[in-house]
Parts: sequence; structure tokens; C-alpha cells
Amino acid sequence: MRIDPKVEADTFPKLLLHNAAARGSRPAFRLKDLGIWQTWSWAQVLEEVRPFSVGLAALGVGREDKVAIIGGNRPRLYWAITAVQALGGIPVPVYADAVADEMAYVLAHAGVKVAVVQNQEQVDKLLSISDRLPTLTHMVYDEPWGLRDYDHARLKSFEDVQALGRGKKDFDWQKEIAAGKGSDVSVILYTSGTTGNSKGVMLSYDNAIKSAANGNAYDNLNENDEVIAYLPMAWVGDHVLSYAQSFTAGFCVNCPESPETVVEDRREIGTTYAFAPPRVYENILTLSMVRMEDASKPKRAMFHYFIGVARRWGERILNKQPVPLYARILYRLGDFLVYGPLKNRFGLSRIRVAYTAGEAIGPELFSFFRSIGINLKQLYGMTEASVYVTAQPDGEIYADTVGKPNFDVEVKIAENGEVLFRSPGVFVGYYKDPDKTAETKTADGWVHTGDAGFFDGKTGHLKIIDRAKDVSRLTDGTLFAPKYIENKLKFFPNIREAVAIGDGHAFVSVMLNIDLTSVGSWAERNNVVYGSYQELAADPRVYDMLATHVIEVNRWLAEEGPMAGAQIRRFLILHKELDADDGELTRTQKVRRRFIADRYAPLITALYDGSKEVDIKTEVTFEDGRKGAIAARLKIRDIAPVAASAPPLGKAA
Amino acid sequence: MKGPTPEVAAGEILLAAEAVTLAFGGVKALTDVSFDIRKGEIRAIIGPNGAGKTSMLNVINGFYQPQKGRITFKGVTRNEMRPHEAAAGGIARTFQNVALFKSMTTLDNIMAGRTLKMRRNLVWQLLRFGPAMQEEVEHRRKVEEIIDFLEIEHIRRVPVGRLPYGLQKRVELGRALAMEPDLLLLDEPMAGMNMEEKEDMCRFVLDVNNHYGTTIALIEHDMGVVMDLAERVVVLDYGRKIADATPNDVKRDQNVIAAYLGVAH
Repeated sequence: MRIDPKVEADTFPKLLLHNAAARGSRPAFRLKDLGIWQTWSWAQVLEEVRPFSVGLAALGVGREDKVAIIGGNRPRLYWAITAVQALGGIPVPVYADAVADEMAYVLAHAGVKVAVVQNQEQVDKLLSISDRLPTLTHMVYDEPWGLRDYDHARLKSFEDVQALGRGKKDFDWQKEIAAGKGSDVSVILYTSGTTGNSKGVMLSYDNAIKSAANGNAYDNLNENDEVIAYLPMAWVGDHVLSYAQSFTAGFCVNCPESPETVVEDRREIGTTYAFAPPRVYENILTLSMVRMEDASKPKRAMFHYFIGVARRWGERILNKQPVPLYARILYRLGDFLVYGPLKNRFGLSRIRVAYTAGEAIGPELFSFFRSIGINLKQLYGMTEASVYVTAQPDGEIYADTVGKPNFDVEVKIAENGEVLFRSPGVFVGYYKDPDKTAETKTADGWVHTGDAGFFDGKTGHLKIIDRAKDVSRLTDGTLFAPKYIENKLKFFPNIREAVAIGDGHAFVSVMLNIDLTSVGSWAERNNVVYGSYQELAADPRVYDMLATHVIEVNRWLAEEGPMAGAQIRRFLILHKELDADDGELTRTQKVRRRFIADRYAPLITALYDGSKEVDIKTEVTFEDGRKGAIAARLKIRDIAPVAASAPPLGKAA
Repeated sequence: MKGPTPEVAAGEILLAAEAVTLAFGGVKALTDVSFDIRKGEIRAIIGPNGAGKTSMLNVINGFYQPQKGRITFKGVTRNEMRPHEAAAGGIARTFQNVALFKSMTTLDNIMAGRTLKMRRNLVWQLLRFGPAMQEEVEHRRKVEEIIDFLEIEHIRRVPVGRLPYGLQKRVELGRALAMEPDLLLLDEPMAGMNMEEKEDMCRFVLDVNNHYGTTIALIEHDMGVVMDLAERVVVLDYGRKIADATPNDVKRDQNVIAAYLGVAH
């Protein structure tokens, strides 16, 4: 453990006492209120937390009692977490935008006694489900708007509770804090389960503090850093970044004025460390691109020219690779004219480390931020690990890896390709669900991530390829990850949808959908005449074009070690677009593999029996609900595999 | 309206219109309309198109001078009043068609609502120094509270003309609130809004009433909104009052149903 050895603080309340003594006058929290940044030093935070905590004790919160924390990122809600922990209670942050039903499930499952909430909206929600929450005795709110006429028998303001605490002189708060141990449960974070109800992940103080301290050490975070807290408090990412890492490193957490002002607020603060899912970066980019479209012509030309320069040289400069002098000069100029102002707009002028996590990031997006000099890196983590599993070290950045194991984290790949890890951050268990816990965590502390991956031979980085349950094997035992192959194919704008087949077969084949916009405009430029999707899809020249894409994907796969044997050997272009109305896609546009395998069984047979052509008749549903049938004769194209040792012609990143 | 105005206790009559008649040449906009507004309530004025609702608001805030009848506001009866006197006396309003300074920011628009509260003269304000500065800081604080309340922090520095309609309506409400009025007149505050914007606006109207204790008179077409907000409803038709009751009673009133749906002849 890399935390300051002199500090014997193994819980967050102890860390607060330590910070208030060691760096009492340094800023700990800021909140933009009425247009002005209000700052609380660590010593002031202690003076806010103490009376609130004692007040909660007066309301009956004690050891092991669960307290829900519901609302946006407000300093008082973070303080409530510490206040509960000081009493040996367990805070349960809940997604503020959860609908009443979801909230009822979580609160009832956790058996919360008190709820600390942001405002009237949350109070109303709780009141509407109060008959399902027999254990809930009190609600405490931060913002009084609209709550004046409510029945205050069970409802108290934050100040009321603090006043209650100040009045209780005989309470030995320090003794309560001293009674806390590192192995106690510090928080229960409910994960938004994709299937069924969410699970409550219990993290101990040791989990959160050691994991956070290791994260601080990995990126040299210290008390001079600044972060902005705007992601849901119930998400482990925010809990570790805005709470655990702040308490261990002593840096300042800035709470924005409102969810809509985050970009502006970030600009005013100049955050140095950030952590966000890819969509946040996507939003930032889209916003500025849209604005750029409104700019004057010379400005736009300058912007696009220098973004071109950045694309060409930016990443190499950031990675400290050798580049020619003229490129360096151009890049400098670009930094002055474009990248600098752009970064300032994004509020990222002072950023040292920015992580993207949660899902795969598009390589284009990733390179864009890196090319203008933002140290964007990938991280692989999960609630069950107190975030950190792997992260990319500075200077070793690839768009398609998630990095190396963090300090004290061991990672191994199971027989079936599943990624397992063991670390000080490994969770205690799922609350009230020992069966699920046993399923996920082995007796000797290894956690099943449910993701399949492998270590890349060249870089030593972990690559995540798919959900483990979707990964299977070809007859010769080669790992087959359909989604991985499909995503590679879909990087090409001409390919709209792809379905990879290979489970239990000798080789991989794919069925493709062309993108009508992209291929259509190609057709226009090349005088290819077509009357319908079906006609265009069957054109031999379109087949030729897609064959080059498939070969390109094979080249990438050839470099991927365990995936090299899973190259695409045959493909066909489907005569109709896969459609959610026909049940081929889910409403969120994901391929329904099993359904397609049934529906297109003759095609799959043909792909593997060596035929050059196949007839198919498919029933379709039109938009007005009528049904009809499409018949077609589809050609099948053979592709020669690329040798695994072949020199890399394409670039993976 | 000079001198201190007497305070009106909650539940007492804040404003009373007695036998108000307003005509433009031969067109009678209002005929013999009487009703009152009690302090602290939300009062709705409804009626079919051209019933005289907006004319009624214009009479209340002194924009039109009725030919007959009297208006008693805070216990003071008068025959004639100018809009600026109404504003100084504590009546603020929003308009059916948003009337903001389009090229000014949200902040400046709302700040403009504080004009009547400024005590220092123009010279002091231009100097922006000493007491004038202090005063400006206080006004700004009030304005920021309103911005916070209406959840428009993100458009603080955006010129109002660039905002979508729903937000402009909110800014206009903000400017009216900046006057800290005793009586707030809202002319179709939800017109042209989608469901979500309407719900937001309803919440703001209720919160203004609840938190600041502001008395509100509003014109509204959406019966659902009226039922949710108002305690008492006046119904006008062809310039005459045809009903004055709680929303529930008004909905069942035969005259009202006839006015809205027409009657078989």
C-alpha cells in the first residue's frame, strides 16, 4: 500500500481528521452557488461533517445502519457519506434519476433507515413509495425550495440536523470514528444490472482506500489536483474519483452549478484529472464541431488545416516519439491558434490525466483528443474492483487496448478466455446475495469479470474482445469472438451491420449489410446504377469493395495472437437490411444472433457447404404492418486468409 | 400612488375590480366586470378567444384606462393609473408574446427588472463606485437567486434572442420576479410549450406562490393547468363575467360549457 505510512487512517472519517490537521487550510470542496465559487477547506469540512454526523446519530443512525444518498453532486451529499461512515453506518448512494420503482427496490433491498436527498423532487419520489419502505424513518434535504409546507415530522433540513448535532454535547464523536476498522463495509454501490434487478456491491474501507491510493500513485495525483464532480454519485467511478481519491490525496472536488453548466464550470476551474465514459468526450467534440460549422470561412479553414496537422503528428509528439522539426514548428503554431483555444473551451487546458472507461471508445474520437495534446488514456475497471483493474501508463497508449494491470492488481486469463483479477480492491460481496457472490468471486479472491480478453503480445497490454458468454471456439479450438470481429468490420463506413458465424465451425464467415448512404454515394460517384438496396447489395463491384474491407480486417486479426486463426474465410452481402421490425435487431440496434441463425439457416448452410450461390426467401414486415416476402439469389465470396506472420500492412490503431 | 401603501394580510382582498367597463370606440371589451384577488392565492382568468382576458390584465396594470368602474389595490381606490405607477406599486407581469430585450443576455434582462429598486441616481450608477457598487452587488445577488430558482444558470450569459421559446418564457418570468411584486400577472405562461416545459412552468408558478408568497393572477387556456394551479377561476365571455368559482365548480357550470362549446339554437 502506497499511502503515506505515517498516516494510520484506515477509514474515510479518520482521513478527514488527518486532512483537517495536516492540510486544514487547503481547499477540499467547491460549489458554484449563485454564480460564485464557494470554497470549503478541509478544516471547514470537518466542522460541517461533525455536527451533521452527531445529528444523524440523534436521529437514530448507528453501526451498520444504511443511509441512502440521493441527488446530484453537492458537497453536502459527499459530506453526508463521511458523516454516516463516522458513525459506523453504511452509505448507499442511489442514482438520482432512477424512477420511483427502481428506487423503491434499492432502498427496500438495502433496508435504509434515513435518506439524505438533494431537493423536493427526491422527497416527492420517496413520499410516493414510502409505503414500500417500512425501515425508512427520516428524510434529510439539502435545498429547501418548495418544501416549506411539507409535514416536517419525518422531514428535516440539513441545517436542522446540524443544529440537532450541535445541541448534543455529550456525544463522543471521536470515539465512534476510532471504532471503525479498515475491514468494515464502507459503502454499498448498486450496479445497474443489464439483466434483472441491480446488485449491491459492498466495498470495505480497505478496498476503497487502497485502490484509490494505488490509483493516486499510478498517476502521481496529489493535493494540488482539481477534479470536477458531475457523474452520478452512485457510480463507482465518481465514488472513487470524487470521494476516495480526494480523501486519500487531499485534492479539491468541484461541484458544478447545474448539470448543464459543467463545461463552463470546468473551464473556470481548469481541472487536472478527469474520468468519464466515452459519450462525455463525444459530446464535447460534437459541440465544438457544431460551433465550428457556424464560424467564418477563414476560421474554419484554419481549424481544419491544423486539425489535419494534429492528426498527422500530434499523437507522436504526445508519445515523445521523434518527429521532423517542421512538424514540431507547425504543431506549435497550431497549438497557439487552434488546440490551445479549443482545450480552453473544453476546460481541459490544465488536464494532466483524462481517463475514458466504461465502454469501448471509437478510435477516431480517441485519437482526436490525443492529437491536440490531451493525455486521454483508457482504463478497465468495474465496481467489483473499486474501479481499477488495468490502465494505460503514460506514453503507452493504443486505441484498442485497456492497458496494464494497476499496482497490486493481478490479472489472468481463464481457459475460456475470460479475464480474472485479484487486487486489494476486490469487493466484499453482493449485499444479501451470497450465491451471486460465490459465482463471481472464487474462494482465493479471484473475480470473474464476465469479459473475454487476452494480453497483446507486442505491447503487453490487455485487450477486451467481448462478453465471455458470447465467446466460443472454432472446431480447431481457436478463440472466436463474434462482436470483436463485427466491430472491426463496422469501423468501415460502407458496412452498416455484420453478423459473424463460427461457433462449432471450421472457420469464420460473415453476413454483411451495406450502408446505403455511404455505398450509395460511392455508387453515384462511380456511375453504378441501382434501383434498390437489394440490387446495389448484389452488385459485383460492391462485393469487390467489401472484399477489400474483409481482407483488411483479416490483416488486423492476423496480428492479434490468439485471434489470428479466426479470420474471415467467406462472406455474403444480405439482400435486405437487418431490421428491428423483423426481429433481427433489438430496439437498441443490437444483432439478435440466435434469431438470425434460425431465420437465415439456408445461408449459413451454404456458407459452410462450399456453394458459390444460394437462394433465399425471407418474410418481411413493412412499416404499415403488412407482410411480404423477398426472394433473392445471393453470391458467396471466398477470401484467402492472411498469414499470421505477414508483415503488417494496415495499422491497428 | 404616493406614500406608503398599507400592507394587506394573507387571505384579505389585495385587488378588487368593481363594475369595470372598457370600450374601444364602439367595441365593448369589458362590460361591468367585478371580481377580486385575495392575497396569497393563485387566481385564474379563463375564457374563449376575444373574451377580454388580456384587456382585463391591461386594466389591472394600468395599461388601459376603463371608462367606468374602479380598481382598488392594497386598499387604495383609483380611477386612473399609469403602468409605471402600477409597477412601482408592486404589480409585475409577463406577456402573451414574450417581450424581452432580445440582444441582451438573460442576466441583463433579469437585472433590468431591478431598475425600479435602484436607489442611486444615474451619475452614481455610471460611476459604479462606493454605495452604487454595493447596491449593484445586492441586486445581483437577488438576480442570481432568481436564476438559481428558475434553473437557468446555463444560459446566464446567452443573448435571449438565441434561446428557445420555453426558456424565453422562463426568463420573462424571472424579470417579473426581479421586481419582487406583490401581484404577478401572467398572460398565458404556458402557451406554445410542450408537456415537459408546461410541467416545469407549473412547478415554478407554484413555487413562486409558495416560497415568496406572491399573489398570482394568470390567464390560461389549458384547463388541466388551471385545475392544478388555481384556487378560484373567473370566466369571461364577450367581455362579461359569466362565472366565478373554484375550478371544479366552473367545469360543471352550464354557462361556461355553453361559452366554450356553443349551444344548440
